[in-house]
Amino acid sequence: MTSPGDEDLLRELTPQVLGTLVRRYGRFEGCEDAVQEAVLAASVQWPDEGVPDNPRGWLVTVASRRLVDQMRSDHARRERESATATEVVPEDVPDTDDTLLLLFLCCHPTLTAASQTALTLRAVGGLTTAEIARAFLVPEATMAARISRAKQRIKAAGSSFALPEGAEREERLRVVLHVLYLIFNEGYTASSGSELHRADLAREAIRLARMVHAQLPEDAEVTGLLALMLLTHARRDARTTATGDLIPLDEQDRAKWDRGLIDEGTELIKTSLAGPALGPYQLQAAIAATHADAATAGETNWAQVHALYLILERIAPNPMVTLNRAIALAETEGPQAGLTLLSTLDDDARMAGHHRLPAVRAHLLEKTGDTAGAYEHYRLAAKATASIAERRYLESRAARLKM
Amino acid sequence: MKFLISMHINPAVLDALTDAERAAIGEGHGRFIEELKASGELITTQALADPSQAAVVSVRGGQPVVTDGPFLEAKEYLGGFYLVDCEDKQRAIELAAQIPDAAIEGLGIEVRQVMFADGQLEA
Repeated sequence: MTSPGDEDLLRELTPQVLGTLVRRYGRFEGCEDAVQEAVLAASVQWPDEGVPDNPRGWLVTVASRRLVDQMRSDHARRERESATATEVVPEDVPDTDDTLLLLFLCCHPTLTAASQTALTLRAVGGLTTAEIARAFLVPEATMAARISRAKQRIKAAGSSFALPEGAEREERLRVVLHVLYLIFNEGYTASSGSELHRADLAREAIRLARMVHAQLPEDAEVTGLLALMLLTHARRDARTTATGDLIPLDEQDRAKWDRGLIDEGTELIKTSLAGPALGPYQLQAAIAATHADAATAGETNWAQVHALYLILERIAPNPMVTLNRAIALAETEGPQAGLTLLSTLDDDARMAGHHRLPAVRAHLLEKTGDTAGAYEHYRLAAKATASIAERRYLESRAARLKM
Repeated sequence: MKFLISMHINPAVLDALTDAERAAIGEGHGRFIEELKASGELITTQALADPSQAAVVSVRGGQPVVTDGPFLEAKEYLGGFYLVDCEDKQRAIELAAQIPDAAIEGLGIEVRQVMFADGQLEA
């Protein structure tokens, strides 16, 4: 077993080593496989033989050898000799950080979100295929096939190893941020048996977001996303009971919130809001910071939360935002105002069958004193969710009204 | 997101098929499995033995009672399933439509999302 320290080091070095190889040899697919093998070799050898003096150089050398072996056997298969394939790998390693370039490649727009997340975790996050498969609860063979298909697609798209320019760069960066957000969510929404591994995904997403932030400290949305993750992750220990039951925000023990993460996230979002740009991640982080700022649920500045949702709704219209605004509106103007806003979502096809609409409606109906209506909608919501923890929570809310 | 794509089979409908039609179904499944494997979406697939071989088990007064199956008295029975992990429900439906049974009157293909403790729908 590798020690946590070695593992962190390996994860940190993975994108650097991969970047070096891709710069040297091109062919991202082959390099990525070779780096994965080198990382696996390190995780076996380092605990026994100790971490080498130059771990990055060690990994580059081992990965290069694997790649050259692979190239050689490819050549042999084609019954051709190649002088370049037998060249000795130079030991000098250029000191560039290609994390961003790799992220752009892994989050290539021709890939599905599932493939983008898997490839990002492997090529940039340095996780093994087995670890990624465990995190997403699929067999390793399924994940291996998905990653290999993703790399074929990138190759077919003829992607170059260079940062895109101008508007394309902006667009591609949004995709990268979305993928990091998805990885975070996958970990954050975890509960029950698989909790341990999936909580690691949230941490991994934060680590990757920190890497991007280090490269692009001036980008307001990168800062916003990192702040959002930190502020959300800060509530991790307070949002479930020991048995994995969900605890809603207003009932959480705020003493269990991680003040360190909250302070860091709040500082980040303050800085980024002072800039000229304003994006959805910043606004969501600002909302999370507003909640974090309240010592008790009763002291929440709902007017501010509502105002932020209103801006978010304007710059990034989405029924889920309207739904969240309805919750804030109910707090400032009463449950009936919230219900009226909710009714504008009834015909929205994007919300059809989604459990959150009946769940919020039930919550607001309960506040108006319509117990029967609230019961009915909690039950509807419980049937519509695909999460066992959510279902248990919604059923318990319904059961409470029955008594 | 994980989905169970279940295949509901009617023996009378299957019996009425020609050998060529049956062979085409078999090949269709073979192709479908290969494509699912290559795309990294297949978790597993299983086909079940004939329902005449099924046993229905219940416990009455603490004692197990076993009767010959199947449990449901229906013309159709569960013939097998695909368990897939794919992008969203739309993709699962797209996959289901590629199963040869879907093109045959009297055979049913059903798509249902798997419930996980952590399978929350993406906003």
